[in-house]
Amino acid sequence: MTAIRQPFLSASALDKSFVLHAQSGQQLDVMRGLELRLMPGECLVLAGRSGIGKSTLLKMVNGNYRVSAGRLTLHFEDGELELSNLPAQAWHVLRRDVIGYVSQFLRVVPRVSARQVVMEPLLSQGVAQDEACRRAEALLARLNLPKRLWDLAPGTFSGGEQQRVNIARGFIAEHPLLLLDEPTASLDSANRDVVVELIQEAKARGTAMLGIFHDEDVRERVADRQLPLEAHMLSAGDASTAVNNDTQESPR
Amino acid sequence: MKRPQLIRPALLEARNITRLYGPKQGCEEIDFTLHQGEVLGIVGESGSGKSTLLRVLSGLEKPDNGQVIYHRSEPSFSELTGTDLTSPELTSPEPAHTGLGGAEGALDLYAISEARRRALLRMEWGLVHQNPRDGLRLGVSAGANVSERLMALGQRHYGNLRAASQDWMGRVELDPRRIDDAPRTFSGGMQQRLQIARTLVTEPRLVFMDEPTGGLDVSVQARLLDMLRTLTRQLGLSVILVTHDLAVARLLAHRLMVMRQGRVVEAGLTDQILDDPQHDYTQLLVSSVLTP
Ligand SMILES: Nc1ncnc2c1ncn2[C@@H]1O[C@H](COP(=O)(O)OP(=O)(O)OP(=O)(O)O)[C@@H](O)[C@H]1O
Ligand SMILES: Nc1ncnc2c1ncn2[C@@H]1O[C@H](COP(=O)(O)OP(=O)(O)OP(=O)(O)O)[C@@H](O)[C@H]1O
Ligand SMILES: [Mg+2]
Ligand SMILES: [Mg+2]
Repeated sequence: MTAIRQPFLSASALDKSFVLHAQSGQQLDVMRGLELRLMPGECLVLAGRSGIGKSTLLKMVNGNYRVSAGRLTLHFEDGELELSNLPAQAWHVLRRDVIGYVSQFLRVVPRVSARQVVMEPLLSQGVAQDEACRRAEALLARLNLPKRLWDLAPGTFSGGEQQRVNIARGFIAEHPLLLLDEPTASLDSANRDVVVELIQEAKARGTAMLGIFHDEDVRERVADRQLPLEAHMLSAGDASTAVNNDTQESPR
Repeated sequence: MKRPQLIRPALLEARNITRLYGPKQGCEEIDFTLHQGEVLGIVGESGSGKSTLLRVLSGLEKPDNGQVIYHRSEPSFSELTGTDLTSPELTSPEPAHTGLGGAEGALDLYAISEARRRALLRMEWGLVHQNPRDGLRLGVSAGANVSERLMALGQRHYGNLRAASQDWMGRVELDPRRIDDAPRTFSGGMQQRLQIARTLVTEPRLVFMDEPTGGLDVSVQARLLDMLRTLTRQLGLSVILVTHDLAVARLLAHRLMVMRQGRVVEAGLTDQILDDPQHDYTQLLVSSVLTP
């Protein structure tokens, strides 16, 4: 009974810094020597104070931010895929089929209805229009978005309504890896419960999730483990703690 | 889960293209590959050489140096619909030194004859001009504008042509009942949509667009963008899109090239260029707009 479980996502000696040319090339080191292993069906919650680099990590996994150094790897059944040096066109496919991302705020596209926003990930996978529509409506209904809003563009929606559209869009395609950046931040408790259920169901399907949750209660309910990022901050002259690995992930 | 197929076949290659009108005026040493189904955005300040590069890529202007290679592999719309398959312009044998005779394989755009280049543009490519008046024929009806490229592919049946025109007018949200009206009776935004219908009716494999939403007011722009997003997805279009508007680039383009003074300063995934720009010029460009 020693089946070695393979992670779906791993990071090794991962660094991130920004070079700010407008500030005479000043370098901002955000992350140093991050290690993580994320299993299928696991929800790993990123912890740490504001500005520590939680969203930055999600954006690196989603390809929005470049990896400065180190490895960020997806582990498929038939081999690994290194994300840190992937050509742009490979990301198009990964985002369609592998990586789902619920950003902190919905990026509103003018004139596109809420229903359409939610359907899009399925349509781009080639799912038929009517099935995509059916699944989108089912999710929007579950998230208690009033029916009268489904045909409207989310530009005028409240923060919580927009966020529910965003969540539906992120969950609908059932990607094997989901990145969640404060998905529950602007939701009332009934809708927070729905999101917790969605996360539990995704876990049961084997989805690997990397999430950020401000809300203590939600965090307790969804986290299998937490990864405190403080240890991976570049604190002056303290490089030794920075290269430690998985031991810094604390079991719940 | 198995590793998905990540790499799609190349459609168009720019190899070291230079076209200069003066020092830093034009485009210089441009290299990239466009893959099937990809939307590539070219952004940069006014005068950076975007339109010059697009003209070279689309066969309108010979570069001083370098090659444009078009990979003609799968059957095109015209071939699938059985129209004009053996157009003498496209299949005429080429001089032996190109090694590209016949209709298959890689075409070196400026090594083939002018006639053949024009045929390519008419049959397999599409070009959307910034000013719809440059892309429309103002003297003939809206319907005739839309069906012209179909006729060039050999379709002659009047009823079918008319039906196709009406269908496409509907798809770009123009009232099909206005099929017999002249384009000059349309507003600027309507003309632009007509130009897009006229270009896409043959389902071209590759479309070039120069500021397709420029000069339109914001709500008209939004409508056009929405339409272009849907059409590129539905038709699986490959597109090269010139725009100076980063918000437009974010919505439409998978990948971006940032140009400055004729050169590409940075290129990559659209989100990466806009969220984590590396080059100082790109940082400046991104930071000078509100929400790209
Ligand atoms: N594109 C960027 N360019 C420059 N610096 C950035 C960029 N994105 C993030 N940073 C910096 O990286 C650090 C980490 O930011 P990040 O958004 O990851 O924090 P966070 O942990 O998600 O915080 P919060 O809990 O407030 O959302 C911050 O100092 C931020 O200013
Ligand atoms: N036919 C021409 N003859 C001489 N100079 C030209 C010609 N076409 C373009 N140029 C010059 O080449 C440079 C690049 O022009 P181009 O039209 O490619 O810029 P652009 O990036 O498309 O700018 P914009 O955003 O303003 O449309 C400019 O300095 C322009 O004046
Ligand atoms: Mg954050
Ligand atoms: Mg121009």
